[in-house]
Amino acid sequence: MLTPSEQTRYQKHLKLPEWGVEGQLVVKNASVLVVGAGGLGCPVLLYLTAAGVGRIGVVDPDVVDLSNLQRQVLYTTGDVGQPKAKVAVGHLQRINPELRFDAHVQALDAGNARALINAYDVVIDCTDNFGVRYLINDHCVTLDKPFVYGAIHRYEGQVAIFNAPLPSGDRGPTYRCVFPEEPSQMEIPNCAETGVLGVLPGVIGTYQATEVLKLLTGIGEPLTEKLLITDLLTHSSQTIRLRRRADAYELATAGLAKRTLPAKSATEAPKLINARELADRLAQGEDIFLLDVREREEYDLCHLDGAVLIPVGLIAATSSNRKRIPTDRPVVVYCHHGIRSANVANYLYTQGGYTNLYNLEGGIHAWAQQIEPEMATY
Amino acid sequence: MNNPHNVLLFGITRDLVGQNRLAVQLPDNSRVADLMTVLHQQYPTLAGIQSILVAVNSEYADADQILSPTDEIALIPPVSGG
Repeated sequence: MLTPSEQTRYQKHLKLPEWGVEGQLVVKNASVLVVGAGGLGCPVLLYLTAAGVGRIGVVDPDVVDLSNLQRQVLYTTGDVGQPKAKVAVGHLQRINPELRFDAHVQALDAGNARALINAYDVVIDCTDNFGVRYLINDHCVTLDKPFVYGAIHRYEGQVAIFNAPLPSGDRGPTYRCVFPEEPSQMEIPNCAETGVLGVLPGVIGTYQATEVLKLLTGIGEPLTEKLLITDLLTHSSQTIRLRRRADAYELATAGLAKRTLPAKSATEAPKLINARELADRLAQGEDIFLLDVREREEYDLCHLDGAVLIPVGLIAATSSNRKRIPTDRPVVVYCHHGIRSANVANYLYTQGGYTNLYNLEGGIHAWAQQIEPEMATY
Repeated sequence: MNNPHNVLLFGITRDLVGQNRLAVQLPDNSRVADLMTVLHQQYPTLAGIQSILVAVNSEYADADQILSPTDEIALIPPVSGG
């Protein structure tokens, strides 16, 4: 059922005979995960919010930078330095308060990708790097989720829906059916290095939002077995017909297995953990070493139950202090807001060879706000 | 000599070659793999890109597909920006 205010808000969609109330309800009951709230993510988020997609997740670890504003139209100059996912959700909520938004201020990585992707119906790939694109592909293929892909280079962009359900009951081509092997960033530069026309992600992201809505409502001919390439300088477009490889599923599972190899440095580097995740893991009885790197006075004001105090300055100074940090179980490093602890985690990883590190996102301040409201704050 | 094959370039391949399209002379009954070998000889930097989608007449083409000079060939590299 649509409420009277929804009937007014979505009036122009309801008038489209192919869409109607039924289409609007499908959209209202759908959930999407937008990975990357940058150039592509901004128009995708704006149009899917306006269209009334019921639940929208936003994943982005970055803060707004002044150099983003040339194309990332969700953000204002005053937002510089703020986390994109949070700023975006705040703005989107004002556009359409009837929807549910989840801000994930973190990178999609090997540790969280499966759970995050599994929680939504459709993934929208708006990332700016191959590592995350292949991660999205491999999880979507093994979880049977479609993902709407977009990517940009200077004046030119690509759009497709990968791993889509086809009318035949089969699944459509995957990203690895087109580009089987993940290229290095050395091979293919990203727009931070090459430059990009600011309007381009607006156009390509708007195409992605269109394809999401077509996929959800079943109208028209979605790009389920096609790759659209468009060049804004000449307005020439190509639509390339694709085929699913017989080994698409095996390519994805092999990709996932490769990522969990211990030698892969990206999985060894310190990871972010938020207060909620940490609280859940501790509540489940997981043996986690809590390392407080603040000063003694701060520790005395408040600390996590069972945390060991080794102030920042002492960690690098003496190896005997470092030997107190275990290597055989997860170590969560925290400070007041998560900055000092990030430096310590990075130091222990690069200089001490620790591969079991997490940095508590937002520090003990976030913990006090989200988990232990009775805790002293300062 | 027969007519050259027309190859449209996209993404980074444009930057590496410095043109939007190429005319490539190939022997009769050459395959997609033969075209790539010739291109790698003429433009060695192209060989640095491992995955390139070759589309023939707007359709994904396997390495052993035979090419005709009337075909429209496109080289589509992966793109990372977002």
